[in-house]
Amino acid sequence: MIPSLFTYQRASSADEAVQLAADGGEEAKFLAGGHSLLPLMKLRLATPEILIDIGRIADLSYVRADNGHLAVGALTSHDDVARSDLLARELPLLAHAAGQVGDPQVRHCGTIGGSLAHADPAADLPAVMLALDATLVARGPSGDREIAAGDFFTGLLETALQPGELLTEIRIPRPAAAGWSFQKFTKRAIDWAIVGVAVQGGNVALVNMGSMPLRAGAVEQALAAGAAPREAAAHAAEGTSAPEDINGPRAYREHLARVLVARALEEAGSRS
Amino acid sequence: MSILGTRVVRTEDPRLLTVGGTYVDDVSAPELTGAARVTFVRSPIAHALITGIDTSAAREAPGVIAVLTVADIDDLPAPPPPEEGAEAPPMVEGAPLPLGGPWMEPLLAVDRVRYVGEPVAMVLTDDRYTGEDAAELVSVDYEPLPAVVGFDTALSGESLLFPVTGTNVAVTSGTPADDTAFASCEAVVEHTFVNQRVAPIPLEGRAAAAVWADGKLTVWASTQNAQLARFIMAGAFGLDPAAIRVVAPDVGGGFGAKIAVDRDALLVAWAAKHTGRPLRWAETRSENLVGMTHGRAQRHVIKIGGTSDGRILAYRLDIVQDTGAYPRMGGFLPFLTGLMAAGPYDIAHVSTGRQVVVTNTTPISAYRGAGRPEATAAIERAVDLFAAKIGKDPAEVRRINLVPPDKFPFSSPCGPVYDTGEYVAALDKVLAGAGYAELRAEQARRRERGDTVQLGIGLSSYVEITAADADGGETAQLMVHPDGTATVYTGSSAHGQGHHTAWAMLVENELGIDMAKVTVVHGDTDLIPMGVGTYASRSLQLGGIAVQKAAIEVKDQARRLAAEMLEASESDLELDTERGVWQVRGDPAASRTWADVAGHAGEDGLAASVNYTEGAPTFPFGSHVAVVEVDTETGKAKLVRHVTVDDAGTVLNPVLAEGQRHGGIAQGVAQALLEEMIYDADGNPVTGTLVDYAIITAAELPSFELLASETPAMINPLGFKGIGEAGTIGATPATQNAVIDAVAHLGVRHIDMPATPARVWAAINEAREGR
Amino acid sequence: MKVSVTVNGRQVDADVPDRTLLVHLLRDVAGLTGTNVGCDTSSCGACTVLLDGRSVKSCTVLAAQADGRDVTTIEGLADGTGEMHRVQRAFHAEHGLQCGFCTPGMVMASISLLAENPSPSEDEVRSALEGNLCRCTGYHNIVRAVLAAAGED
Repeated sequence: MIPSLFTYQRASSADEAVQLAADGGEEAKFLAGGHSLLPLMKLRLATPEILIDIGRIADLSYVRADNGHLAVGALTSHDDVARSDLLARELPLLAHAAGQVGDPQVRHCGTIGGSLAHADPAADLPAVMLALDATLVARGPSGDREIAAGDFFTGLLETALQPGELLTEIRIPRPAAAGWSFQKFTKRAIDWAIVGVAVQGGNVALVNMGSMPLRAGAVEQALAAGAAPREAAAHAAEGTSAPEDINGPRAYREHLARVLVARALEEAGSRS
Repeated sequence: MSILGTRVVRTEDPRLLTVGGTYVDDVSAPELTGAARVTFVRSPIAHALITGIDTSAAREAPGVIAVLTVADIDDLPAPPPPEEGAEAPPMVEGAPLPLGGPWMEPLLAVDRVRYVGEPVAMVLTDDRYTGEDAAELVSVDYEPLPAVVGFDTALSGESLLFPVTGTNVAVTSGTPADDTAFASCEAVVEHTFVNQRVAPIPLEGRAAAAVWADGKLTVWASTQNAQLARFIMAGAFGLDPAAIRVVAPDVGGGFGAKIAVDRDALLVAWAAKHTGRPLRWAETRSENLVGMTHGRAQRHVIKIGGTSDGRILAYRLDIVQDTGAYPRMGGFLPFLTGLMAAGPYDIAHVSTGRQVVVTNTTPISAYRGAGRPEATAAIERAVDLFAAKIGKDPAEVRRINLVPPDKFPFSSPCGPVYDTGEYVAALDKVLAGAGYAELRAEQARRRERGDTVQLGIGLSSYVEITAADADGGETAQLMVHPDGTATVYTGSSAHGQGHHTAWAMLVENELGIDMAKVTVVHGDTDLIPMGVGTYASRSLQLGGIAVQKAAIEVKDQARRLAAEMLEASESDLELDTERGVWQVRGDPAASRTWADVAGHAGEDGLAASVNYTEGAPTFPFGSHVAVVEVDTETGKAKLVRHVTVDDAGTVLNPVLAEGQRHGGIAQGVAQALLEEMIYDADGNPVTGTLVDYAIITAAELPSFELLASETPAMINPLGFKGIGEAGTIGATPATQNAVIDAVAHLGVRHIDMPATPARVWAAINEAREGR
Repeated sequence: MKVSVTVNGRQVDADVPDRTLLVHLLRDVAGLTGTNVGCDTSSCGACTVLLDGRSVKSCTVLAAQADGRDVTTIEGLADGTGEMHRVQRAFHAEHGLQCGFCTPGMVMASISLLAENPSPSEDEVRSALEGNLCRCTGYHNIVRAVLAAAGED
């Protein structure tokens, strides 16, 4: 329950963080809220030799409206995202989903950037990013770049971030369609999603139906072609490769996906 | 007015709430200054020969004081090598003893490991952080053997854990099945159930600290039984018990899994003596999930038969107990299951068959209910299946078959004599409290409408045996000091049950000494050399009665002294328990306080010591109604109400009794809906952390509805039975039955526990497909 | 590395290994053993303390992350006169504890809940405590205690 030995460094700005990461090379990892990384380190499933604490970079924690989109600083805690009045009005899907992450203690520490960079396929926010057509902004040694959410998640615990790149901001366009829903299916409230669904308008994204979050493309196509929620939802499992584990066989998750997509679409419909 | 039966908040709480309890890892004793930390190296493989252990890298690591393996255990009597065909010493099935002989469990693994988590080596370091580092450096070579996991694999005997025995069946007992009793039954149902393996998960894991100094071994252990722990250590180490002191400080939950001490704590104590260095150890939760004993793990084959009117005539229960890698409790748990197999029903023919098998998994031991929840779960499912077969309401079938009030004391065909009971009244009370008719009506409405969310109503009626080892007695010493305060030294050993409050209430009730002036001490063998400790729901009816009897003895001594002091005859004296004053009847001016009388006795005051052995097992009973909502699309069940009658005789303090019921209900519900300790076919634990092992949280439970019922025991003067395990015993089958009931109209007959969403969904599908 | 953490209003200065968890700084360095360790996967909440007034699981925070910040533990709740905090009083009155091991974390989580939601419903209390495990009480009286403490205000 104790992490293996590492050296702790602290960055007071995004640029300093990037510099420290460049110096540290492969053995360096960023520490934001620590609630994705430290649990792994305590079980010694991750053993970075250098931790760069970015948790105090104050100017990376914000929620604001910018030039037609919403901007959330990568170090904004889940709790701050969940309680943001601005997001409650403009992006209720994000505010609501952030309020479902872990438990209150986790939400006080964990950050949106940390969660996205960690890219656990059972996490809530990555799928929300897909449903919201978000853009993720990363800073590296050669400057800033923008990565579309659809390109960001590349595999199991893998993202498009290059070594030493730091997520700084999440940009989300104001949704064209108001209807939204977040369906998180668990055995216990504290559990990771067995299957989850994030809907914003005609965008449908799935949690834990593969090694990374997925857009339910076949559902979206059916909707665009005028299908009713239940009809469209029947396609929910297409193109997915759901895990098999103690929570059930693949067929169960595929069934859940269909049920939850239908419910999400119905709920979104009632909100639009 | 007597304090007995009144609501009294706990005297234990202010300390626990303001500075927190002092658990083993918190103990700060001068003897432990400079203590080193123990970290165990545990087997990562379920079944293997050990072909080599290389400790060289670990020994050179920073902060390492020593690395110990079985080769270092050169100062204890060696266990005799198992002989081919040797038999274990004769087993007394009713005694929870390890089998020994060829089934003997070593301290550190000798030449093979039999479960993931088995201790193989110990690393002693300056601090716990370097301990984890160093433990990773111990290199053990394993030659894998085929793993035995599951009842059938064990029974097949293809791979043996103890080859010299020739079998994996460690115990066989009970009676052979006899079908003649079923021949006359109009309706017969047969089924197989699994009562799944669960993990006790006390919030405080196992922990021990030990120091050997001046010829004495002092051990702080997170234990339910300090005296029994000392007895075991004396035997294991070849020491006089007087050379050992065991202290149970605050203990963060036990649930049966902290009875006495196990091999890990014994090793810490041994290592302290062996190295001469004080040592501390506290396991991590991951270690706890494989290192602390598990519970339940029985397979049941039942056959139940009776008339088409609902009268049950015959019941057969065949049990296979998976006992894990070492039979630590021998045949005890299925013995208890067999003892209580008939439940609260008057069934003419009941018989059981029992087998205990070893598997390459964590050993099984007592867990809240210890064999009785299994008995109740089996017969309560059997009764529901029988009711479904004959098309009768399960409440009605229970009512027809419950032992009626005029048949007590009732000789169960399984052996025990149930002392007192009002089983039908308990059932009627819980049905009324739950609003059973309205619930059935709501269920019918939802079924009619074909709602996605269906209602399930589950019942259980139970009787259980508490203080099964009453003949072991319990001790109490009561002292009243010249300053008017009192001290109780109890053999009981609370780990959350509130005995300090309860025993102080008993003293105040008997003597009129205010509770605030009564100190209760437990768990230190230097202060209380004789005692049994707390398990089997025995403490109030044995330990509490011992306190009461000691108080009566003190009262008798005091009466004699007060008569002297007041120059009156004893028969003219009375003890005013409201004011705690001895006085001459009719002359309030002629009085003496407890301080006066105790001071008159001498500087040691008054004292009485009792070893209460006149108790006998008692039989609490009750009925539960669980109400669940099941989402038939996802299979998820949610407990929306849980209503109970749990009658454990006279209630000393409703606050404490309710707390025990709440906790028991939660654990019972958790087994029905969520918990299972899962191993893969190679014996690797799949649910190895609290992320995957799903203990229940506040968010999954409603507030409970507890109904009062007190049918006193006859065996002790205050009418106490034991409440600690009753809630668990009643809650599991009620909840399981409720989930099945919710989808019975879809053709589902049975769902094994835990009734997870995936399992419920699968059951609905199978029923739909007509399987 | 050197850390300086204000714990219950008093400064704790220590030079500890970089990987030191906040819970061990509190227990082993500051000697405040009220906060307990119940698991190794951030599941049980027994280690819950307040960090700058908000509940956190101190087993999942590095001492280094708490450097320069304010921590409140169970020992820091009773006021200077020894009078218990209303949440402690409510746990006592409602029998919200049995073995006591989960209790410090449960109390701190409850205080944080009430600071953010002064009048929670029963469901909101249960939901807010989903990260605090108890094996003894079945949560029934814990929930009553939190609601009673909320009502006291």
